[in-house]
Amino acid sequence: MTMLNIIQNINKAFDHRIRLGIMSVLMVNESADFNMLKELLGVTDGNLASHTKALELENYIQIEKQFIGKKPNTKYSATKEGRDAFTAHIEALEKLIKKS
Amino acid sequence: MFGQQNIYYLLCISKYFKMENEKYLNDITEIKNLMNKSSRFISLSGLSGILAGVYALVGAWMAYKTIYFDTSTMGAYRDLIISEAAVIRLLIIATSVLVLSIVTGIVLSISKARKSHENVWNSASKRLVINFMIPLATGGFFIIFLIEKNMLGLVAPLTLIFYGLACVNASKYTLGDVRYLGITMIALGLLSTWFLGYGLLFWALGFGGCHILYGSLMYFKYERK
Repeated sequence: MTMLNIIQNINKAFDHRIRLGIMSVLMVNESADFNMLKELLGVTDGNLASHTKALELENYIQIEKQFIGKKPNTKYSATKEGRDAFTAHIEALEKLIKKS
Repeated sequence: MFGQQNIYYLLCISKYFKMENEKYLNDITEIKNLMNKSSRFISLSGLSGILAGVYALVGAWMAYKTIYFDTSTMGAYRDLIISEAAVIRLLIIATSVLVLSIVTGIVLSISKARKSHENVWNSASKRLVINFMIPLATGGFFIIFLIEKNMLGLVAPLTLIFYGLACVNASKYTLGDVRYLGITMIALGLLSTWFLGYGLLFWALGFGGCHILYGSLMYFKYERK
């Protein structure tokens, strides 16, 4: 594979620490709720919400709102598309590291 | 071959990749770290394993004295016919070792989690406990029924086997070393089924020796830094 091909696999959607983090967590967990992500990534509510929104718009994650008792609870999970895109992204990262 | 301009571009690109490379490496480290942290309980204390091993050895010694110096023991060792009072004493010893080990494990893991600013009761630790408890509770009830029916010979092998299965099952949700502890326990359990009558010896080797061995391994690998 040429350098150009590899770079095409580097996904802009994951080119941010928080979005990268959200995807990493969702790759190994069936789902994660808002508080779990917040705690793991150490970010503010607003910050996390905007990044999950961005990933949702790309169709990489899906958001499910529900109630646990009276408390609203937002659950996130990775879509098939998101998993494939993230896997390709990781592979591209690894190849780039090996090349240089 | 190369024009002046081409060489210039080549230099630019390679410089760009040197800088970017560091970022990619950081990204990979961050991905691995978060995948681990979110799915595994990594604050499991190795020291608590060592202490659990020590409790088990003390417990085994007390059990040994109860069984083999029990004046009401009848028949050969192999038949393991012991009085009801001795059975109750053994149960008390076993329960104390279990409770003491669990309490030590919880306390030391909490303090280890605090040191690395991690939450102890999160989805990872919940999953760990649930997946550890399913084989363990199954074995626990099974063994209690065996004791109730006075079939004592298989108690030691079965505690080892079910505990080993619990460790293997739980290892997906915590430090990977627990898997090898589990496999060793299962092997010891099977061996002790073959050499029936040496149950206590295998029990001490498994719950005492293996805990101390794997506990120290984990302690030196993750905690002493």
